[in-house]
Amino acid sequence: MGAKRRLPHFDDLVFLGASMTRYPLEGYREKCTTKTILGTRYAKKPLELEIPITIAGMSFGSLSANVKEALGRAATAVGTSTTTGDGGMTPEERLSSKTLIYQCLPSRYGFNPDDVRKADAIEIVVGQGAKPGGGGMLLGQKINPRVAEMRTLPEGVDQRSACRHPDWTGPDDLTIKIQQLRELTDWEKPIFVKVGAVRTFHDVKLAVHAGADVVVVDGMQGGTAATQTVFIEHVGIPTLAAVRQAVDALEDMNMKGEVQLIVSGGIRTGADVAKAIAMGADAVSIGQAILMALGCNSETYVQKGTHHSAIEDYAAIGTAPGYCHHCHTGKCPVGVTTQDEILEKRLEPEVGARRVKNYLQTLNMELTTIARACGKQNVHHLEREDLVALTIEAAAMARLPLAGTDWIPGVQPM
Amino acid sequence: MECVTFDLAQTPLRAVNHYLHHNLTQTGGQAIEILNPDGAHNIAVGLNASVEVKILGHAGYYAASMNQLANVTIAGNVGTGVAENMMSGRVHVKGFASVSAGASAHGGLLIIDGDASLRCGISLKGADIVVGGSVGSFAAFMAQAGRIVVCGNAGEALGDSLYEAVIYVRGEIKSLGADARIEPMSEADYATVAELLAKAGFSHNPQDFQRVASAKQLYHWNADAVTSDSAFQ
Repeated sequence: MGAKRRLPHFDDLVFLGASMTRYPLEGYREKCTTKTILGTRYAKKPLELEIPITIAGMSFGSLSANVKEALGRAATAVGTSTTTGDGGMTPEERLSSKTLIYQCLPSRYGFNPDDVRKADAIEIVVGQGAKPGGGGMLLGQKINPRVAEMRTLPEGVDQRSACRHPDWTGPDDLTIKIQQLRELTDWEKPIFVKVGAVRTFHDVKLAVHAGADVVVVDGMQGGTAATQTVFIEHVGIPTLAAVRQAVDALEDMNMKGEVQLIVSGGIRTGADVAKAIAMGADAVSIGQAILMALGCNSETYVQKGTHHSAIEDYAAIGTAPGYCHHCHTGKCPVGVTTQDEILEKRLEPEVGARRVKNYLQTLNMELTTIARACGKQNVHHLEREDLVALTIEAAAMARLPLAGTDWIPGVQPM
Repeated sequence: MECVTFDLAQTPLRAVNHYLHHNLTQTGGQAIEILNPDGAHNIAVGLNASVEVKILGHAGYYAASMNQLANVTIAGNVGTGVAENMMSGRVHVKGFASVSAGASAHGGLLIIDGDASLRCGISLKGADIVVGGSVGSFAAFMAQAGRIVVCGNAGEALGDSLYEAVIYVRGEIKSLGADARIEPMSEADYATVAELLAKAGFSHNPQDFQRVASAKQLYHWNADAVTSDSAFQ
């Protein structure tokens, strides 16, 4: 999953709620809109979301088909988008997702023009925050007949995902690749470009220059079960630092607002969402925390309304609830990261969808609660001036003043 | 046969592709000519109809990419990613192809009369590729399924990290990539080569070709295999 070491995070920031200098809104009565539009730069059909919280790309293959359907149902219920992943688009997730973003990944497993045309937006994945510069590995235990067919590979082989795209090698090529996808879809769909957070200032500039409608920046707290611990813990920069650089890049190009920014990588709470937006993101994207909401690491699973203990199944693979990290085995005791036909039934789409819907609604309520306290009728009106940092490291990375001071490390006083 | 002609010197590419996406009959028989391509990128991207398209000149990146059903002939050279992610149909390049020809193509037939540059057939997912000339280095890198026939020579690291795709080479192979090996030709292989050569319009003797396929040593993670780079040589 995501980096486990202590990293500067949104937890190291706090909001300055309204008092004398700002006027708050009544928390339970006055409206605070969360509507979010993505892809306004070139696309004929930008995405209109009810909340600025989207579900990140996670593959069918790593996740079960039931999970993909559950995510689609939950996203639809709260008016947001879900995203395919490194395994192609399943009919279940297309049918259940009102708004579905289709990823164009280096591996191109299951990628085809029919599904591109069915999508509502296309996300070209350059890299992931958990493993910028790295490919992936889906172990053979999870390659059942359906996954194998979608990925055009034999059952049971360890499937390597490439670290780079087969048909473009740099930002100049990417410009033409983006144009290709626009031509394919008659310029209707927004094109997202997702980068793992490393040299974020320059990477965002290049993505914008290449023609992205939306840039997705994924920090190193992002999760994955498809790479090594050494990669997760030692490559990339924290999400907090990446947001600052990404916003700097957009402002430097005078593209803030014209190109939207989505931030992901370790977003878990409504406060995280609010802080990312206040720092300049237009939306956030969540992966690992969504899995936790689904029941990942739970002691029990629910089938036909009845709770069943999964503790013995955790023990059988040498782990326990709360400490699992055995996604790669395909033996997920609660049916989230498995292709086993018995285990996957432990996550019923309706149950999973309800849990994720509740989670997203809670995040949104937390977000609007904070926004109202800061006097905002629109969550997108949250601003950097609403934030201060609690640690010097966070202040330096986010370029925000240390709480109670005017000091921003590394910035000369005016 | 009815023939519709577009002149890219006069008509924007967007208008041409829009016509190709929305104004073709699905029953076939229609013919399209595109004049003065002048190296433009993304010509005839995403066709999904049984039509004949002729591009009379050199094309840029991703010509006829993601093709389905259409029969596209390019009377010139092509840039990066010709027939990229093609699903079905036929794309025929009468000249030379730049890098990543037929990348990740799932189906259909790509014919290149001349040479193809680096990474021809990279990540191939099931299409057939016939190259009249030679291919550059890293041809068929991580190719998963499909067949590649090379009538000339192959560059370095041919078939690196192959899965189930098979390569047939008539000329010299500069070097094989990780996990690729030369295997004996079977009767089925000779028949396959003969069939693909006939489809592509070449008259070479199938007996002159050798087969390259995966040794399947990388199909499962093997920690010992990464203790030194020499394990991949």
